[in-house]
Amino acid sequence: MFSAIFSMMIFPGFLFLAVLSFLGEFIDRKIYARLQNRVGPPWFQPVADFIKLLGKQEIIPSEANPTMFKMAPLFAAASVVTAFFYIPLWTPEALYSFNGDILVVLYLLTIPTLSFFIGGWYSTSLYARIGTVRSLTQLFAYEVPLFMGILSSALLANTWSLTKIAEFYVIHPWLWLMNLGGFVISLIALLGKLEKTPFDIPEAETEIVAGGFTEYSGKLLAFLKLTLNIEMIVGAALLSAVFLPFALTYNSFLDFVIFLVKLLSIIFLISLARTIVARLRIDQMINFCWKYLVPLAMMQLLLNLAVKGVMIK
Amino acid sequence: MRPGKMLREVLRTGMKKPVTIMYPKEKLELPEHYRGKLKFHPEKCIGCKLCMKDCPTNAITINQVGEKQFEAAIDLGKCIYCAQCVDSCLKKALEYTKEVELAQLDPQKLKVVFGAETKSDAKKTSS
Amino acid sequence: MHNSSEEFKIPIGPQHPALKEPESFSVALRGEKILGVEIRLGYNHRGIEKACEERTYIQDMYLIERVCGICSHSHSTCFVQAVEEIAGLAVPRRALYIRTLVAELERIHSHLLWLGVAGHEIGFDTLLMYTWRDREIVMDILAELTGNRVNYGINTIGGVRRDISSIQIQETLKAMDLLEERTKYYIELGLGETTLIKRLSGVGVLSYDDALHFDAVGPTARASGVKRDVRKDDPYASYGEISFDVITDTGADVYARTIVRLKELMEAYKIVRQCLKNLPDGPITVRAPRKIPVGEALSRYEAPRGEDVHYVKSNGTERPERVKVRAPTLANVQAVKHMLKDRFLADMPIVIAAIDPCFSCTDRLVSLEQDNRGQENLMTWQALHDYSIKWHSKRGVDFGKLNKKLQERLSKY
Repeated sequence: MFSAIFSMMIFPGFLFLAVLSFLGEFIDRKIYARLQNRVGPPWFQPVADFIKLLGKQEIIPSEANPTMFKMAPLFAAASVVTAFFYIPLWTPEALYSFNGDILVVLYLLTIPTLSFFIGGWYSTSLYARIGTVRSLTQLFAYEVPLFMGILSSALLANTWSLTKIAEFYVIHPWLWLMNLGGFVISLIALLGKLEKTPFDIPEAETEIVAGGFTEYSGKLLAFLKLTLNIEMIVGAALLSAVFLPFALTYNSFLDFVIFLVKLLSIIFLISLARTIVARLRIDQMINFCWKYLVPLAMMQLLLNLAVKGVMIK
Repeated sequence: MRPGKMLREVLRTGMKKPVTIMYPKEKLELPEHYRGKLKFHPEKCIGCKLCMKDCPTNAITINQVGEKQFEAAIDLGKCIYCAQCVDSCLKKALEYTKEVELAQLDPQKLKVVFGAETKSDAKKTSS
Repeated sequence: MHNSSEEFKIPIGPQHPALKEPESFSVALRGEKILGVEIRLGYNHRGIEKACEERTYIQDMYLIERVCGICSHSHSTCFVQAVEEIAGLAVPRRALYIRTLVAELERIHSHLLWLGVAGHEIGFDTLLMYTWRDREIVMDILAELTGNRVNYGINTIGGVRRDISSIQIQETLKAMDLLEERTKYYIELGLGETTLIKRLSGVGVLSYDDALHFDAVGPTARASGVKRDVRKDDPYASYGEISFDVITDTGADVYARTIVRLKELMEAYKIVRQCLKNLPDGPITVRAPRKIPVGEALSRYEAPRGEDVHYVKSNGTERPERVKVRAPTLANVQAVKHMLKDRFLADMPIVIAAIDPCFSCTDRLVSLEQDNRGQENLMTWQALHDYSIKWHSKRGVDFGKLNKKLQERLSKY
């Protein structure tokens, strides 16, 4: 019982995840800055921002529904942290696992978007309403390629469990290379989920201020930002578990380092992507996802089916 | 036409040193004739007050302090550093310097008097 | 849930991340689609025209320079040209060349700045960082030549205040080579980056006829194919002696405006090089009288954002009687309303930014005061019209009859 609480709240649970998310945000901001020929923030900047926001006054709009407004960040944070427990990190075994957890993780990762929608919608700000409607519209575009990309890897491993996927690729070490296409597709779809450029349409600063987060301030904003960062880490960990399941050598320290390297490289790719492109419009984004990403994900699925057929023979 | 055309340039830039100048630690080299804080030479002033007349913000005041002795009171808070007074002065009693770090917390310290007794040194009124 | 047929209005401004200056755009939306835009100017009115009447010509020069931070040289040159025309001063050729030089350097820094802002408006912050980094090169050159980065203060009535040394010429030429290389890269980027093209092309279309109808000026008009450039049409300073092309494009959208500005940068480097090569010898200023003789003059100038017009009327004293400034944004801002119609909300920031707006230069003041002491003072035009007919008919003047009589008389001839 005690060890379960310890692993949930401290390591590798919430606290570890929070520290990792601060590191992730720092890396993201630093790389973004350096690629733009700037210096970027010092290492403690994300923590300093968090502490500063905790000390700020919390303003809840008088028109807003206070319960919904306050609960939304909490729901989001709880769901992403829960999703993290089912993802294999540096060992092929996740903290908890059961057959079918891959779907649970994917749906748990959808909850933040929905709860931000609820929080933004109930804040009654016009900018927030436009932003939240945009984020829901976007959800229907990126979710399909993301699911297809991740399930194609699961298909090859013939399992519905993330832990089993990791174990499968430990037995068949070079098969993960088959999924590289799926990795790229899922990474692009993940940009949509994390609302990063070019898919930061729901929080497009120059159009609708901060989208659904416009009315949030103080502690709520601090937790919201923390949740977004944790979501980035969980998303990156999911991709690394599904698509980059190599070098699990059962040497715990080395594996931990390799896990961090994988995580940070995925964050680097996310930062790189948001450096080199402009923000798309919502109609262009949906066109792009359905016209290019979904067919490509489909091809990945077919490829994996064919590979599986050959392997069974 | 392809997305991510900037990729190579961005990666090359990432390898380079940032161009940011870390201001208080590093100083930006200002050009030779940058228009900064004014300097007044009391011994050259003849008290024609043309500078007062031409100053767009009335930042400069010439006061007579003795027989053919003048002092210039310049409000650095009002001065827009256009150096029109330098152009207007027939006797070249005014000149501009490169000094630009003039911010003060106390607005009184922005009122600088160049007096005859201290020659060309700036005496700051501290009242 | 959100009803897509529901109409609502959202405020863009007076305070909004997309706007760098306070200005109010009230946008009527249906879903993401813009139904109409109401523009309200006047948040930034500073009363500079009136203040000019209370200062001498020399003081006005510095005040006018501060109409705009970006095109400070444009406004000051435009004003000084008008004053010189009234006073009948023959400005030395070397001074005119230096004015042209600074004007083109200013155009370079303004267009690079615009490119960065446009990048930011469509979420392309890397472009912003790169162009503003490169803009520092030209800012340093301007500081070196004039003594300040923004308010150059190079003009004086009858010439310029600073000469250029041969070392400065060399430095400027070197900087031009560097900037030309960078600009070529941006042109290549603008022609090749998919997301950039997707966000800019087909957005904010202003056809040739509409550009004429709304009196668009500068790059906004030129991108619609209107060949309108004061530098060619009515050469001032030394533009008459310099060869350059007026860049036009037929795209008529935001993308065309971007390309026009980028190509104008290349022309600007050409002009700067010619100015430095052909810089004539001689004095840089003529003595100007303090009292400007009675007269009036209208001066035109091609600012980076378009045609800038200054009107000065003098009454023989040290102070002007009237100064009128028509900044280019005032001519262009009317077209924004048209460009935004039936577009998406996402296009709003970039369409506004595409005219390179400078709202504080533009701001006019209309003062309507409502007296709340029971008597209604504020009247619409129709109410005033009706009131005047009633007032006259009470005193026996019937405008209806008079009008009929007039028509009868007119029909006889």
